[in-house]
Amino acid sequence: MPLKMVVLAKQVPDTKHITGKVMKDDGTVNRAALPMVYNPEDLIALGLAVELRARYGGHVTVITMGTPLAAAILRESLYRGADDAILLTDRRLAASDTLATSYALSLAVRKIGDVDLVLCGRQAIDGDTAQVGPQTAEKLGIPQLTYVTEVHWVENGRLEARRDWGDGYEVVRSPLPALLTVYSEGGEPPPAQAKRVLRWRHARTPSEVAVATRVELVPQKAASEEIERTTSARQAALESRGLLLKEWSAGTIGAEAERVGKVGSPTMVKEIESIVLRNTAYKNIEPTEAGLSDLIAELRRDRLIP
Amino acid sequence: MSEVGPVWVYAEQEEGSLAEVGLELLSKGRQLADELGARLGAMLLGADVGDLSSRLIAQRADEVLVADDPRLQFYATLPYARIVTEMVREYAPHVVLFASSHIGRDLAPRVASALKVGLTADCTDLRIGSYTDPDTGKTYEKLLLQIRPAFGGNIIATIVSPHHRPQMATVREGVMRLAEPDPHHQGTILPFPVHLEGEDEVVEVVERAREERTVNLKGANIIVSGGGGVGGKENFKLVHQLAEVLGAEVGASRVAVGSGSIGREHQVGQTGTTVRPKVYIACGISGAVQHRAGMQESGKIIAINTDPNAPILGIAHYGIIGDLNDVIPKLIKAYKERS
Repeated sequence: MPLKMVVLAKQVPDTKHITGKVMKDDGTVNRAALPMVYNPEDLIALGLAVELRARYGGHVTVITMGTPLAAAILRESLYRGADDAILLTDRRLAASDTLATSYALSLAVRKIGDVDLVLCGRQAIDGDTAQVGPQTAEKLGIPQLTYVTEVHWVENGRLEARRDWGDGYEVVRSPLPALLTVYSEGGEPPPAQAKRVLRWRHARTPSEVAVATRVELVPQKAASEEIERTTSARQAALESRGLLLKEWSAGTIGAEAERVGKVGSPTMVKEIESIVLRNTAYKNIEPTEAGLSDLIAELRRDRLIP
Repeated sequence: MSEVGPVWVYAEQEEGSLAEVGLELLSKGRQLADELGARLGAMLLGADVGDLSSRLIAQRADEVLVADDPRLQFYATLPYARIVTEMVREYAPHVVLFASSHIGRDLAPRVASALKVGLTADCTDLRIGSYTDPDTGKTYEKLLLQIRPAFGGNIIATIVSPHHRPQMATVREGVMRLAEPDPHHQGTILPFPVHLEGEDEVVEVVERAREERTVNLKGANIIVSGGGGVGGKENFKLVHQLAEVLGAEVGASRVAVGSGSIGREHQVGQTGTTVRPKVYIACGISGAVQHRAGMQESGKIIAINTDPNAPILGIAHYGIIGDLNDVIPKLIKAYKERS
């Protein structure tokens, strides 16, 4: 049974590899300086989708909601095996919390229509909430299978999957459509393929074309009509080669204004405190037998060790 | 009747035994409820779980909602989410807390989405406080301040949900202190009717395996933990030896687990277990913020590290600057000689 699959992916700051370069003098992280990457578990979800397509046939669409810059992970998705990619971007969607995000994503999945399987990473490394998957499933009114590490089979509109349970596992069967959140032990990121890179490296979203055209023509004092004309012509040229990536707005998916963005988000950030090392002076223990023996004596005196 | 709705805790149980984190949340919930002038309630779902109510009441719950039905014997997302959602709709609690366990992180977002309310994941602290909306200048009193690490633990964010009730959060295991039970506390048991739709039972569990927890990091008085600086499985033996001599549990950093030196059940930190032993001995652990988040509340932190600038030393009480291959055997020798 060919599967119509959608992978939900997010572009995130690389919080796992904090280097000196992004540390500020006060010992906190300059978040704006972090490089942006493909959320690792979303890549694993893409890998699972590509594997299922190899087994059963079908079609893999990647959707990302984010800034226009998130188009970078759409190209990466195409290099790594996606058939199609959609950027959901709109100022009205900015500052959405998990509830508003899942609402917008569920509308995008509905717009694609007749989807058998929605896949996403368990969580994103910037927020670590693990909420968007289950909330999107709820909005779509379909079962959610969280922490999936393996899909055993798909047949007759059902699938069997193994879920990691921390101190154990479960094997569950669910009807389709269903949403899977994929755990990082569920596989390897699908490799980029040279053939696909060659095919997709010039793929652009309409707004990327518009920005690049402006950057090129504004310094040449081009008139705004000319910039517009050139932009349209370049977009049409890409489209004729199948390289114009889809770009959807809040309007395209029919989002109600009061359910997205800051106004659609129940949670608000009251304050943010950057972590600074406590920097209490520690007691230096000489790594000698005498020094360590004194340490043992001190700990024992304080009844900390037997 | 108090003015505000109750503070509720989802009391997680599996196979008839309560998860300790639910009791931790009741301990915190009691403080929050007292501050709000609200009652404290627990939600208990399962099959033949009525006996557990008394334990929840001893943990100072004023009311326990019990949904007891054979179909609820094992946790499953759809039926549990339906019942919890109905409970909230009927009783309108002010605050609902879940553990950020496998169950809590599966259940709470589904419920929050159905109720269209906010949910803050993985809180490490909860307080009652006010919030002034910078856009409108309006101040909201007595809100639940939901405090959580974000950005891989590099920031601590305080989240509020001023306009929606209940205010919901999931809370890390092990971070809220478990209060002593009070056997004299009085509470009411409220049976809750279980009505499930066919669509709630479409997901079938065909196999379920739970491994015995062989590592008890949360309950350990002493933890000897190894990191990337230990340098492989072979050298990790030293960490095990020191732990054995001290009667300690063995912990590990993400780097050590990732390199295959030790199993992930040993991992301490933001993505592992949060611990607060009396003594935490960090061997070759640089002290990434994700690791510190899981152990910085330890009573005494002893860091063994070759790098005098390692971040772990910023929170250590004792620092031993040296090679652990040299220091650990000496430490074992000193311990034995002093016995």
